[in-house]
Amino acid sequence: MDLNYYRLTPWGKLLYKLKKLFGGIGRGFVGFWVRLGKAIAAFFTGIVKGIGDFFGGFASGSALTKTSYLIMGSSHVFRGQIVKGIIYFALEVLFVLYMLFFGGKYLAMFFENFFGGGNVGRVETHVSDVWNDELGEYVKVAGDNSFHIILYGILSLFVIIFFFMCYLSSVKESRLLEEICIIGRKPEGIKGDVKRLADKNFHLPLLSLPMVGLFMFTVIPLVTMILIAFTNYDANHEVPEHLFQWVGFKNFGELLDTSSSLGMTFWRVFGWTIIWAVCATFSNYFLGMALAILINKKGIRLKKLYRTLFVATIAVPQFVSLLIMSKMLDTGGGGLGSGGGIITQLIENIFGYHLQFGLDITTTRICIILVNMWIGVPYSMLMCSGILMNIPDDLYESARIDGARPFRQFRKITLPYMLFVTGPYLITQFIGNINNFNVIYLLSGGGPGDLMKYTDGAKGTDLLITWLYKLSLGIDRNYKLASVIGILVFVISAVFSLVIYNKSSAVKGEDNFQ
Amino acid sequence: MSEKNKNTQNPSSAPLTDWAAIDKLEAEVTTLPKRKKTGGMRLRRILGNTVGQTVLTILSIIWVIPLFYLLIQSFRKEPGAWSPTFFPQEWTLDNYKKLFFETEFPRWYGNTLLISIISCAITTAFVLMVSYAFSRMKFKARKPMMNIMLILGMFPGFMSMSAVYFLLKILLPDNYQSHLSLIIVYSAGAALSYYIAKGFFDTVPRALDDAARIDGANRFRTFYKIILPLSKPIIIYTILVSIVAPWCDYIFVSYIMSGVPDTGMYTVSLGMYKWLEREMIQQYFTTFCAAAVVVATPITALFMWLQKYYVQGVTGGAVKG
Repeated sequence: MDLNYYRLTPWGKLLYKLKKLFGGIGRGFVGFWVRLGKAIAAFFTGIVKGIGDFFGGFASGSALTKTSYLIMGSSHVFRGQIVKGIIYFALEVLFVLYMLFFGGKYLAMFFENFFGGGNVGRVETHVSDVWNDELGEYVKVAGDNSFHIILYGILSLFVIIFFFMCYLSSVKESRLLEEICIIGRKPEGIKGDVKRLADKNFHLPLLSLPMVGLFMFTVIPLVTMILIAFTNYDANHEVPEHLFQWVGFKNFGELLDTSSSLGMTFWRVFGWTIIWAVCATFSNYFLGMALAILINKKGIRLKKLYRTLFVATIAVPQFVSLLIMSKMLDTGGGGLGSGGGIITQLIENIFGYHLQFGLDITTTRICIILVNMWIGVPYSMLMCSGILMNIPDDLYESARIDGARPFRQFRKITLPYMLFVTGPYLITQFIGNINNFNVIYLLSGGGPGDLMKYTDGAKGTDLLITWLYKLSLGIDRNYKLASVIGILVFVISAVFSLVIYNKSSAVKGEDNFQ
Repeated sequence: MSEKNKNTQNPSSAPLTDWAAIDKLEAEVTTLPKRKKTGGMRLRRILGNTVGQTVLTILSIIWVIPLFYLLIQSFRKEPGAWSPTFFPQEWTLDNYKKLFFETEFPRWYGNTLLISIISCAITTAFVLMVSYAFSRMKFKARKPMMNIMLILGMFPGFMSMSAVYFLLKILLPDNYQSHLSLIIVYSAGAALSYYIAKGFFDTVPRALDDAARIDGANRFRTFYKIILPLSKPIIIYTILVSIVAPWCDYIFVSYIMSGVPDTGMYTVSLGMYKWLEREMIQQYFTTFCAAAVVVATPITALFMWLQKYYVQGVTGGAVKG
């Protein structure tokens, strides 16, 4: 930051900062693509080099090495590494069997219409012309299951990649073995490998199990669902009765189209998601900070008691506190005088106003944000008070000697310090709030609805994530839309993280904190 | 004023320094206003503290009242969802009796306890393993793996749920709507939350590893004998977060268990949610409150007890830039 900055008017300063922020985004994007490009280039040069090594090794290798290109492990077995050779051979046999009897079929169907569009799978479930006397109807013939085709297709792709990596390492090892034998040394047995697993290669046993879990239950389902966004899988194309089709980017177009009712619904839900995330994040953050400062203030008594009381609300499981809140705000079904939850009754008795929670969209939204403060403020209070205690006291001391009033001390010392330290926390909170299913679903269930403004199962206080939930279950099943929404949520989260990441790394260079 | 002074004062005739006057002035400047100022400040401080104290008291009452309401409603004798008064007109323990002897709540509680303990064990082990590997081991795929996992974490966790459901249906064809499925759902993706524990391991001095290795310990022994005993705060944090998760989760359990005929398979959150549905609430609201007290008490106690570690974990994760 150059010195001229301090000559600017407040508005000028704001403008300067905004320019800097957006410049940062621009640079971030450029930097991202440059890095990506470099990575891709490195990847391809690696591949080219690998191919060279691969065929070069084949040409120059002995007969045994050449066989090991076809039959994995053969060179290991004949050169003394029997256990390893058998493992490699078994892997190859398993892979061939898998592809022959299972993976190959699905992979073929997966790629058949992948690029041109069309059915996923070949045969739809249909009624044949064979009569079944027992049931008194024509025999039903089960067709292909489009969803299974995609799921197994992805699984097979990963199996192929994994096998290919094993294959490459086996080839590399057999070339090494050949060299060792030429020198005349005896190749090391399996014991050495096992020993290394506890030391130099300790990451393999550490990572293998968690990664298997991650692949099976996160990566493969996630890739499958991403691909579902490019199909028309919904209640009308339910598996296994029907096939669904590849449709390309059609779903994205329909969802983002502002002229259709679906598109308008999406933009409304999207807008509320962003408003909600901003309000929830910042209200919690600043109130939490204020509370922490107040509790930490010199001369306040019973600090520990206050802290405990506030923390009690985060310790209680959210679904309990949220559900009880939603019942306390309940309208009891009607207008003035119809009873309802204790808060509604209280407001009615004092102000003569019947709270429209769950009946009027704006009221419900305000209530949700308020309740979220009740849930979230203690959380950020807890975090802020930990950090506040770390601010060196002499900073305040010198500020006081220079005659700075408390508010100025806050603005010039506390706030910058807190923002600096908790920047990453703010991003995670923001993204967490975009995905805050519990608060919305347990408080209002997404309601109230408005048929004029919202279609496809969405309601007035639905976030993208609760809409996604409703779309993947219940009567409005629409998996393709759910997937598109999931991808868009990812894009939003990624963009915000990128922006803040750039911003906070820019901050690091400027300030002296640390 | 200043010009007038200049004209009237004659520098040569006046004494060079009037020490008495200066002393007097100084005394006036330093003592008098200062005393006044400290008096004002003390007053202001007292006032500020009183205001602060009052605000805190009011806020903490507001914060605690809903929980207090929940507690006293669990002792309410009158049936029904709403009561017109804050305090019950008649007190009773019947709600607890009903909870434990007439409903499926004890089974739900057992289910949740079982699921949370097993999934917590798996999650903690996974998180520690992955974060140690990322923090200490050098291998080619380290950086790409960390980046990919960061990206994976940005997709909403629920998005892949329908595919997971299908997978479970294929893997466990007979009982895919079971506790095993829930344990898998809660713990299989644990590796993704390696970030905080890795940050912790990064702060453990590497010299310790080196010393152990010089003494002949391999990586496994170093991890097991040196690093793990030093990682108590992060282990407790991971255990705390992962053991509470199944108690608070609604979204996954409602998806996995949707349409299960035996409602005894539920976990507490799903079962208790059903009690508040329109057809059930009149009959079950006070039971719900009692159940909420039974569920919340141990978790709150656990949380209060281990609060220190929780804060360390959260701030440690947040401070990492």
